[in-house]
Amino acid sequence: MSKINEVFVRGNWNEQVNVRDFVQKNITPYEGDSSFLCGPTDRTKKLWEICLDAIKEERANNGVRSIDTETISTITSHEAGYIQKDLELIVGLQTDELLKRAMKPYGGIAVVEKACSEQGLEVSDRVKDIFRNYAKTHNDGVFDVYTDEIRKYRSLGFLTGLPDNYARGRIIGDYRRLALYGIDRLVTAKQADLAGLVGPMSDDKIRLREEVAEQIKALIHIKELGAKYGLDLSRPAESAQEAVQWVYMAYLSAVKEQDGAAMSLGNVSSFLDIYMEYDLANGNITEELAQEFIDQFVMKLRVVRHLRMNAYNEIFAGDPTWVTEAIGGKLMDGRHKITKTSYRFLQTLYNLGPSPEPNMTVLWSQDLPENFKKFCAQVSIDTSSIQYENDDLMTNTRNSDDYGIACCVSFQEIGKHIQFFGARTNLAKTLLLAINGGRCEMSGKTIVEGIPALKSEVLEFDEVMANYKLAMKDVARVYNESMNIIHYMHDKYYYEKAQMAFVDTNPKVNLAYGMAGLSIVADSLSAIKHAKVTVIRNEEGLSTDFKIEGEFPCYGNDDDRVDNLAVEISNNFNQLLCGLATYKNAEPTMSILTITSNVVYGLKTGATPDGRAQGVPFAPGANPMHGRDKNGAIASLNSVAKLDYKNALDGISNTFSIIPKSLGADSDTRTENLVTMMDAYFSKEAHHLNVNVLNRELLEDAMENPGEYPQLTIRVSGYAVNFVRLTREQQLEVISRSFHSNM
Amino acid sequence: MLRVHSFESLGTYDGPGIRLVVFLQGCNFKCLYCANADTIELKGGTETSVEEIVNMAKNQKPFFGKKGGLTFSGGEPLVQAKQLLPVVKTLKQEGFHVCIDTNGSILNEDVKAVMEYVDIVLLDIKHINEAQHQLLTGKSNAKTLAFVDYLQEINKPVWLRYVLVPGYSNNPEHLHQLGKHFQAYNNIEKLEIQPYHELGAHKYEHLGWEYKLKGVKANTPEQLNEAYNILTTYFKEVVIN
Repeated sequence: MSKINEVFVRGNWNEQVNVRDFVQKNITPYEGDSSFLCGPTDRTKKLWEICLDAIKEERANNGVRSIDTETISTITSHEAGYIQKDLELIVGLQTDELLKRAMKPYGGIAVVEKACSEQGLEVSDRVKDIFRNYAKTHNDGVFDVYTDEIRKYRSLGFLTGLPDNYARGRIIGDYRRLALYGIDRLVTAKQADLAGLVGPMSDDKIRLREEVAEQIKALIHIKELGAKYGLDLSRPAESAQEAVQWVYMAYLSAVKEQDGAAMSLGNVSSFLDIYMEYDLANGNITEELAQEFIDQFVMKLRVVRHLRMNAYNEIFAGDPTWVTEAIGGKLMDGRHKITKTSYRFLQTLYNLGPSPEPNMTVLWSQDLPENFKKFCAQVSIDTSSIQYENDDLMTNTRNSDDYGIACCVSFQEIGKHIQFFGARTNLAKTLLLAINGGRCEMSGKTIVEGIPALKSEVLEFDEVMANYKLAMKDVARVYNESMNIIHYMHDKYYYEKAQMAFVDTNPKVNLAYGMAGLSIVADSLSAIKHAKVTVIRNEEGLSTDFKIEGEFPCYGNDDDRVDNLAVEISNNFNQLLCGLATYKNAEPTMSILTITSNVVYGLKTGATPDGRAQGVPFAPGANPMHGRDKNGAIASLNSVAKLDYKNALDGISNTFSIIPKSLGADSDTRTENLVTMMDAYFSKEAHHLNVNVLNRELLEDAMENPGEYPQLTIRVSGYAVNFVRLTREQQLEVISRSFHSNM
Repeated sequence: MLRVHSFESLGTYDGPGIRLVVFLQGCNFKCLYCANADTIELKGGTETSVEEIVNMAKNQKPFFGKKGGLTFSGGEPLVQAKQLLPVVKTLKQEGFHVCIDTNGSILNEDVKAVMEYVDIVLLDIKHINEAQHQLLTGKSNAKTLAFVDYLQEINKPVWLRYVLVPGYSNNPEHLHQLGKHFQAYNNIEKLEIQPYHELGAHKYEHLGWEYKLKGVKANTPEQLNEAYNILTTYFKEVVIN
């Protein structure tokens, strides 16, 4: 072992693969303020300039700079690539060229062909031949097995965005392991695991043995990848620079092999800080260099790209990769996990400018140092690029202090836990089944059998509710069936061996379901209960509109009469999902999250009893419907805070947009008020908050003059996007959202 | 029951910290520049109980942090002083910080009782010159000036608020006069300059009223600076909201 690894405080991590133990024993929590931070170096500026030019070219070229149509992407498929080699302290690109996208056809060859043809390119004959005639893909497997019922639910928009024609993502490898242990030690550990997997060869056992064998192969390939860049990954990292480089190589392997919808980074900042502290204390590096390592690392994360077809943009707008990095939080022993490198990560938003990636997520605890809270609030006000999650709530509920955020908002214990991504189901459309005798309100097709016709055209709350529960039960059943099929096939045809090589053998699994349309459901039920709602039907007897007489309370005003309906429905649907058997005995969890699919969900849903017209976008995630939160921002936050995290363990996303002036008259007041708001919101056991601090006029101007706002970043449901990369429809939807203004 | 026009749960301009602002319906003034013209009509509003308001405050308590609380604004909240009394009394018993945003034109026994439960009075002084005050509000400023005397007498902290309307209330001579008049009051903690804006103008059209300040533009930074520089010589603290 080298010197650096000898001076670390020893512990269980020396005997077993246990990064958490290493962090606990060696972390240096930082109480101070941000005054130590450095700006970007000349090297960083030059490199980022090259990236920005390339990104500009990419945008000008229909969002794609270039595609390698010859090579099937694997960990070792491409030779080393550089932005500009002599300037790079942290090396590695997915392909041999900046922003060149690679093909990963194991998710589905048709998708890859479409993505290429939309750019006027064609997949090479060799690759087409292999995947059309010899190799089977995840997509092939799923559609071989899908039932007619699932196909119907899918095509009519009851289930949307299922990961059946793209990679599921969500899994987070513990990329820190490569830095702490090196490949050789990790291979030894996996070999020992494999040797222990004996006994009756059941399906499960055979499958697991094959998975571990695949992981070992992946580790060997990662070592080869390192060699292409002149790095000896067989051994642990021996300096801060190497620690950053090693972690990045582990992550790079994952995004070379997989194009998962969301591929989070985990919680690497305070781990890396341990190496930074050592090198700083020993005079090996300066603060400027420490910042430069992080700036360059983050730069690399910002240029991760996947090959997607245009239709993908409908549900995941703005070409996201969800390189989510969870920053901060508390340890079980009461110390916090804020380190200087937590600050350094956030500082990249100044040094390189705002950006959606990596998806910076602050794990907010009431007990974080005031200095750090203020810095976060300041960064939010300046860049709108951070989201916040309730660390106290997650640590207590999930019983772990070493977790990352998968995709947008979902807890995942690092290296111990994985998730099966489940997209989401449309609960607003499901409500219309209750009103239309189980028929889809738009196509007239029967979706759920056995739902009685309503006795009267004036909607009666108990009757609608009884029907709704029947409808939800069937929708949950079909949803569960589709999930089991998808994840069985993904494991079989597109197994994430590079990521799983950095996860414990046989980890716990969450099956991450999702629901959309909660605010519409709550307001609709409230209207039915508190006002008089009459259905208007077409000649086929399908609802086309609703006549509402009288007032009714809307979700988002801190009014229990309606907020309790939102709580009841989300709890109810979650309980229905929890009662169903799952592939690999995954533990079901549910999110109230839409990504940007709230727009497409709206298009696929007829008029609803809350007065929403057909086609109008849903509110994102768990947000109240646009413009219905009449009592100001805090009443709106209070409504969302009532939703029960224990019944939505995959996360409850709330996107909050406020104009800067509404936070207060001057900069100090704004920062102070934002900190107070966050402390208060999370003290009410709320789960998540996206914070945008900007003026509507700015967004309108950016719509008209996109060239002037290349880095304008806004938070949407659970992630951030470059505003100018959204479609016009999505931009308009964002602008129509409630911008809290008390002026 | 209080007649409430609306709530703003994230009030950051009406007193210290984050505040739940309760806009009460009805005003005895009719200022030319009123940004909440729809609160002027004395009738109307939603009947709201003490309990409802106290519950809202309780739900919002963590957001108030160390400084925040509730502010009753309007309209002129003291028009409903009798109904307001049990509300502020209960809020004070529950430990909430309470502000009243008033034009100071009403001083009766109910108002005096309300003042016992108020931490800070945000006192809108529309104009120091009697004629100009008449022009802007349709009323004399004598009662408002007397109200400040009363607040001094009971030692109640006051934040003066002054809307700077170009061409109406930004005359340097008047600003000096304003400063000189209030300089000696030691209960006045600060003066807030409220820049004039036209954001409320659309409400006039909706109400079928004429907006008499049509054509008056928002303050220029120079106008704000000039006023700030004058007033800052008279008050402990001057801020531009």
